[in-house]
Amino acid sequence: MSEVAFDPTAPHGVHPPSYLTAGHTLRSWLTTTDHKRIAILYMLALTLFFFIGGIAAALIRLELFTPAGDLLTAEGYNRAFTLHGVIMVWFFLVPSIPVTLGNFLVPLMIGAEDMAFPRLNLLSWYIFMAAGLLAAFTILAGGVETGWTFYTPLATAFANGNVLAAAGAVFVAGFSSIATGVNLIATIHTQRAPGMTWFRLPLFVWGMYTVSIVIVLATPVLAMALLLIMAERGLGLPIFDPAHGGDPLLFQHLFWFYSHPAVYIMILPSFGVISELVTCFARRRIFGYEFMVYAMAWISIVGFLVWGHHMFVSGMSSYASLVFSFLSFVVAVPSAIKVFNWTFTFYRGEIGFAAPMLYAIGFIGLFTVGGLTGLFLASVPVDVHVTDTYFVVAHFHYIMVGGAVSAFYGGLHFWWPKITGRLYPEAWARFAAVLMFFGFAFTFTPMFLMGFLGMPRRYYSYPAEFQIWHVLASAGALLLAFAYLLPMAYLAWSLRWGRRAGDNPWQATGLEWSTTSPPPPHNFATMPRVAEGPYLYHPAETGPQHGQPEPEQKQGDHP
Amino acid sequence: MGGVALWPAQASAEAPRVDAIFSLLLVVSAVIILLVAGLLLGFAIRYRRGSKAPRGRLPAILSRDIEIGWTSATAFLALFLFWWAGAAQLAAVQPPPQALEIRVIGRQWMWEVRHPSGARELDELHVPLGEPVRLVMSAEDVIHSFFVPAFRLKQDVVPGRLTEAWFTATQPGEYHLFCAEFCGTEHSAMRGRVVVLPPEDYARWSHAQPEGDNLAQQGAKAFVALGCAGCHVAGGPVHAPGLAGLYGRQVALADGRRVMADEAYLRDSILLPRQDVVAGYDPVMPSFAGVASEAELQRVVAYLMSLREAATP
Ligand code: HEC
Ligand SMILES: [Cu+2]
Ligand SMILES: [Cu+2]
Repeated sequence: MSEVAFDPTAPHGVHPPSYLTAGHTLRSWLTTTDHKRIAILYMLALTLFFFIGGIAAALIRLELFTPAGDLLTAEGYNRAFTLHGVIMVWFFLVPSIPVTLGNFLVPLMIGAEDMAFPRLNLLSWYIFMAAGLLAAFTILAGGVETGWTFYTPLATAFANGNVLAAAGAVFVAGFSSIATGVNLIATIHTQRAPGMTWFRLPLFVWGMYTVSIVIVLATPVLAMALLLIMAERGLGLPIFDPAHGGDPLLFQHLFWFYSHPAVYIMILPSFGVISELVTCFARRRIFGYEFMVYAMAWISIVGFLVWGHHMFVSGMSSYASLVFSFLSFVVAVPSAIKVFNWTFTFYRGEIGFAAPMLYAIGFIGLFTVGGLTGLFLASVPVDVHVTDTYFVVAHFHYIMVGGAVSAFYGGLHFWWPKITGRLYPEAWARFAAVLMFFGFAFTFTPMFLMGFLGMPRRYYSYPAEFQIWHVLASAGALLLAFAYLLPMAYLAWSLRWGRRAGDNPWQATGLEWSTTSPPPPHNFATMPRVAEGPYLYHPAETGPQHGQPEPEQKQGDHP
Repeated sequence: MGGVALWPAQASAEAPRVDAIFSLLLVVSAVIILLVAGLLLGFAIRYRRGSKAPRGRLPAILSRDIEIGWTSATAFLALFLFWWAGAAQLAAVQPPPQALEIRVIGRQWMWEVRHPSGARELDELHVPLGEPVRLVMSAEDVIHSFFVPAFRLKQDVVPGRLTEAWFTATQPGEYHLFCAEFCGTEHSAMRGRVVVLPPEDYARWSHAQPEGDNLAQQGAKAFVALGCAGCHVAGGPVHAPGLAGLYGRQVALADGRRVMADEAYLRDSILLPRQDVVAGYDPVMPSFAGVASEAELQRVVAYLMSLREAATP
């Protein structure tokens, strides 16, 4: 519908062919195996789900404006937060960066023509859309009120919403995740250009690689847990039912075995994005490249061993709690290392403050707060008090929304010229980035406090003494909603009216910038060869040449 | 209610201990946030594009050493925090043996509380000041969670198993009781209050409750009503073990295991009799899962537990 916006015959002399103009029919889009087009298909779908999840969030924040339950019914409220959680986790955050930026950029960054399995890539989009249809059906049929956690026996025997359809939707979406994960792993292993050794990979690619491993290993466990829920609810097989010797805690173990790593599925890609943004706008090599890689690898391994920290009050043995507490402290270390390394990448840089950099700085701040509050939750006695309260709600939103969504927006701005060939309006974008940071902090910081004061989560009505914090949070949410919508508006605007970007408006290193913007269907005119590592923003051992123009750095030596 | 509270009431012996860890974590977090924000903004301003700050070579110390330095510093900090929180957690695991035992049932969407005296209350919990109280809890339908913010106490209440929590109240007053685990439509209405009374007042309160049988006496009636007595009687028609003195004893099972007859064992014997069959008996006892309500179950178990005292002369 909008290819016109990228009219190649625009007054700029001869434009090389771009993936956007490779076909104009709907059919050419729906049958494409070009990773860049599939990324665009995903982007459209995710935008839709982000809206649906956002509307549910708006309903929640409106209802909580007053202590009494007045806007929605209790059931309606429960369905709203379940919808918000299910859609935002599985239909937005988990796929977000890997299927859009990852899909678009990984082949470009490693100098490949496409993904290793282009048709599997398209298939994964169709699976995702099938899951999306099931999710839409669930919503239209009245929704579901189990929370995104599907705890038994509530989900199997007591909830009266469409649990089967909702669990089915998530189950199907998981296969799309797995397909993308397998594809990324295979691509990074087999499609690297000559000379692109593992330790020359940009950190974004490392983020995609580690997240894919987590996706491929964790998602099957979720599929299994959901299948058991469906078998118990749909077929009456007693699996978790205590009346038949089953154990409801077994479900929690299975669920969190996936869902804790899922937090890393949502955040590892952002680590990659932020490393690209910080280096480019600080004109600096990344500080401690290898440590950044090891930190991601460490997180993706130890992240599998900490799921029990969601169950400290579940009735699990205290000694098990102790072990999970220990491992949760251990997994905090690599996250701290990443924050320090980003910070020191600023040291002696030539720092510019374009919108992507503002998003990156916002990310580092919010992620640091999110990570530090994780230490509170890793301490068993403190967790006992604040778990299942708004403290936890604030904590994971700081990581997954303040962190991952900020990184997604930052990355989207940074690579927008690459994807569309157009520049976004810089002043608006800076304004949106700053507004997003403060809107976010305004919305979620009061939640830490009210959670510590004892406000339980998933409450439709609440004691009046918590109202002031809810009012603050709801007011902040208004700003935040505006900060999320604004970029959608000006990015859409820029498709038609944005200035042409040229091939490399940021003077960024990285193979993706060495081809045209938007790239041709097969990415590179000739096979790139790589002789050096990433982020060569200045000669080794020194800082950027003060006062001189940036030295022209190329990773490959292709023309 | 004047003013806006920024810190929750501390009304149990555990509360100051939890708050000490919380405060330490706050300080650590504040220091790290200031450090990161200070460095980040400091660098961002000093090395902004076009500034005159010298850039040159990186000082030698800013290499591997600093990476190893901050990795070990954060690891050490993490270990220290773990050690502190872990020690506090372990110290609070075991309730004192003389703790007052109160039974709690969670059910959509109310809390039912039974005191040893037989007093029963809904959505309220009266406890004596300064005396350790042990809550023995289970749920009838879905998972609930017993949460008293002022006590820094939270424990899930799970169908099919007993969970325990204990506390010593240190401030008389009324405090919120919340259900903290999402349990269906009226989850947010599943709240009540905890009333901490001086011990004399508690005794007075508990006697003023409608005079009734205590829990064990109610259980003795249920034992007959459910038909347990038909088998578990000396010289009855079925060969079934006597239950007096069972609680707290070692039991030899048909498959050769020996288990301790604790409360959970008694429950399981009633709900899942096939799981632990007593040596020398046939597995003829029917399961009472779904037959006996959670409340009946608790009463019968209390009755069986009371038989220990009766049996020891
Ligand atoms: C049909 C007869 C029958 C009925 C009715 C019956 N039981 Fe039993 N019960 C047995 C037999 C036989 C055993 C020993 C075999 C076994 O452990 O299953 C037993 C074992 C037990 C044990 C374990 C005893 C031990 O020494 O470890 C307990 C406790 C118990 N029953 C409690 C009850 C209660 C409470 C009820 C009523 C709710 C009840 N039983 C109803 C036959 C019965
Ligand atoms: Cu977790
Ligand atoms: Cu509840």
